[in-house]
Amino acid sequence: MFKITTEVITGAEVREAVEGPDAGAVVLFFGTVRNNTDGRAVRCLEYEAYPPMAEKKMAEIAQEISEKWGIDRVAMVHRVGKLEIGEVSVAVAVASPHRKDGFEACKYAMDRLKQIVPIWKREVWADGEAEWVKPDAVFFDAPKRHKTAPQTD
Amino acid sequence: MNVTVKYFAVCHEMLDRSEEEMDLPEGATVETILKRLEEEWPEIAEFYEVMQMSVNWEYATENTELAEGDEVALIPPVTGGSDV
Repeated sequence: MFKITTEVITGAEVREAVEGPDAGAVVLFFGTVRNNTDGRAVRCLEYEAYPPMAEKKMAEIAQEISEKWGIDRVAMVHRVGKLEIGEVSVAVAVASPHRKDGFEACKYAMDRLKQIVPIWKREVWADGEAEWVKPDAVFFDAPKRHKTAPQTD
Repeated sequence: MNVTVKYFAVCHEMLDRSEEEMDLPEGATVETILKRLEEEWPEIAEFYEVMQMSVNWEYATENTELAEGDEVALIPPVTGGSDV
């Protein structure tokens, strides 16, 4: 299961997607909305995705995990839209025969998700300002678009 | 030929639209689209350095050739998941 959703993520969906009799471990990861970024109060987060490409890239990550660890039971779901503090934005489940591989593969899935899956996050601060986030820093504000020819100054 | 171009997140905001159809000459590449956008909105060029492009849901380069019906997207730096 590789899915972009607007629904609340409970974790049951990804867990059930990876269950099987050969699993000795199911590692579940939830990403949740934190109430601050580097100390600045966050009111809520807004996520946007490019769903067909995002789901395709999630499936590619699962393929990489299959090649690296021989694990074929991986599920990922990411929510989009407005999320309140404490809500789950992303869930990853990995079922494996033994826990060590499961933990490693789950971490790998999240690291890769942040690199190649087209999903974007907008932080809405408690003071009402909002900005798109980029890796390691807040994305610089979009300059105003010229509707006519560029000005020379 | 006609292609669909999609804009997400900060690009959507900058260009004030989420997608459009573009009529391009035969032999057009991703770069043809970037140049056309730059004519409308010169400042977008400063974003190209940090932005990626996709064609039909696969990452592409500016040299990727386009075909009728392709779906192209401007992909700003991705930030999904969780910062833990």
